[in-house]
Amino acid sequence: MTVEHAPFSVFVAARRRAGTLIVQPRMGFGDPAVMRAGLLAVRAAGVPAVGTVTLDSFTRQGEHERAAMARAAGLDLNGYPLVAEGARGTARMLAGIAGPGFPLQVRHGSPRPERIFRTMLAAGVEATEGGPVSYCLPYSRVPLRESVRAWSRATRLLARQADRGVRCHLETFGGCMLGQLCPPALLVAISVLECAFFAEHGITSMSASYAQQTCPEQDVEALAALRLLCAEFLPGVDWHVVLYTFMGLYPRSPEGAEELLRQSARLAVRTGTERLIVKTVAEAHRIPTIQENVEALRVAHRTAVAAGAEVAAGAADAAGAAGASDDAGAAAADAAKTTVRDTEVYQQARTLIETVLSLAPTVARALPAAFEQGLLDVPYCLHPDNRNESRCAIGPDGRLEWCDVGRMPLAGAARGRAAVGLRSLLADLEFHRRRLDPYPSTFGSGR
Amino acid sequence: MEFAGAAQAEPGASRPLTFVLCTLPSDSHMWNLVAMQLLIEEMGHTVRNLGACSPVALVLQECRAEPPDCVVVSTVNGLGGIDAARLITALRAEPELAGLPVVIGGSLGVHGEADADPSAELRDLGYDGVFPVGASAERALTRFRAFVAARAERVR
Repeated sequence: MTVEHAPFSVFVAARRRAGTLIVQPRMGFGDPAVMRAGLLAVRAAGVPAVGTVTLDSFTRQGEHERAAMARAAGLDLNGYPLVAEGARGTARMLAGIAGPGFPLQVRHGSPRPERIFRTMLAAGVEATEGGPVSYCLPYSRVPLRESVRAWSRATRLLARQADRGVRCHLETFGGCMLGQLCPPALLVAISVLECAFFAEHGITSMSASYAQQTCPEQDVEALAALRLLCAEFLPGVDWHVVLYTFMGLYPRSPEGAEELLRQSARLAVRTGTERLIVKTVAEAHRIPTIQENVEALRVAHRTAVAAGAEVAAGAADAAGAAGASDDAGAAAADAAKTTVRDTEVYQQARTLIETVLSLAPTVARALPAAFEQGLLDVPYCLHPDNRNESRCAIGPDGRLEWCDVGRMPLAGAARGRAAVGLRSLLADLEFHRRRLDPYPSTFGSGR
Repeated sequence: MEFAGAAQAEPGASRPLTFVLCTLPSDSHMWNLVAMQLLIEEMGHTVRNLGACSPVALVLQECRAEPPDCVVVSTVNGLGGIDAARLITALRAEPELAGLPVVIGGSLGVHGEADADPSAELRDLGYDGVFPVGASAERALTRFRAFVAARAERVR
């Protein structure tokens, strides 16, 4: 194919060369007019941004008629009902918005995404996200094997678009799982395994995700491990890393919410992460407005620019001290890789990935087998196909640590602890509220 | 906050109740279900947790197979106000389940504190108790805890 249409991957590659962090909202509205206004506002925000169309819960569950009925009755949905609006309606909603400087991504949450992908492609969008594990276990009760089958078909559909010159981009949601209280090694492992699943089905442009957790140092190690493992396990693939601002119970105060967002932007810059998906000051309370989304993008961008200047100054100092030769640079890179390989998160993640891949000749067959045998086990996840024997908690230094690894091959990783009770679970879930809200007090709405 | 105060309940004081804990079909959130299970268990009762996106048919099946003392619907995706009817309608349509106590709580609308209180409407639909988080999760949970204690007292 001579002409390649790949606005999302081209945009990311250009920004990576320029060294600027891409910021992206999680925005989605039920009313197409509001959805369009939101995308236009993000495009006009004056920051390097990707536009997001987040879908509503009915669409996520495949209940398109219910989404349409709610719309017809004038009820508010918690996202854009893509399939109910259809390819034609969506193309109209999106008309003239996307371009080389402003690619779009559809975010959905579906364990059976084929119909969503078809509609999205017909409406002219080629970038989306999810994964057979990450959109099954935490968000549905669809059997994992069924989700894997559905994702196999849907991922092949995206890969086949190359035949008409369209290179689809697919982001794994594996770095999030339940949003909080999942040790980084498991997030990194699932992220890499879902990317390997995408590659196995012919996807050549993808992103590996990781959600900010509770300890900046641990997050730096996790993001470094994720990069190195992507390099090791995804040969011949164009990949980048996307960081999600904390996905759990979010600070309720505007100042606490903004500080956590700033910390995630600094984390992204410090780790060479290409893209950041932000949270807003309204996160703990309700679905954010367009203006709140735009403001969050601007805060993240400003913070990233300032952090980038600091990192550059630090690097220049270090290079000056080291004599700044190419040899010194290469030696420093090797040393950095060795350091990453020494971290607990890299070693645990690598063990999990290798154990899973050894179960079957394909990732598609290995993933359900791994969960069945408890070799992957997401703490607290109630999905019937997750053993739910593992447990974790936040340690005294703020690091997420295993209390019980269940049947996962992580012998010796668990710190001995009493069973997790309601009081300690809530304290851990509210970690960032306790840390950043001026008057942290109550267990709030569960968003 | 007094979410955890239930640990002081006296499990021996009354017979343990059985709760079916579920959410609405459109709701994929899980932490509220994990926390509510611990809350009820720490009050000395038994929980059958049906997990995220509980299908109405599964709730019916669980209630028919082994009738619980109470069904607790916990939902936080903001669609409770418009998605809660089908579950209660289905439960009330079963003669043997028509009298089963069913309560609902959580974040029931998408506008947070600005949402109209859906309690009256949900009660009219057939819910025996409504615990909207609204402005204060603490108040909703305190009320819920009192409700559980009162149920336990009744079957003593």
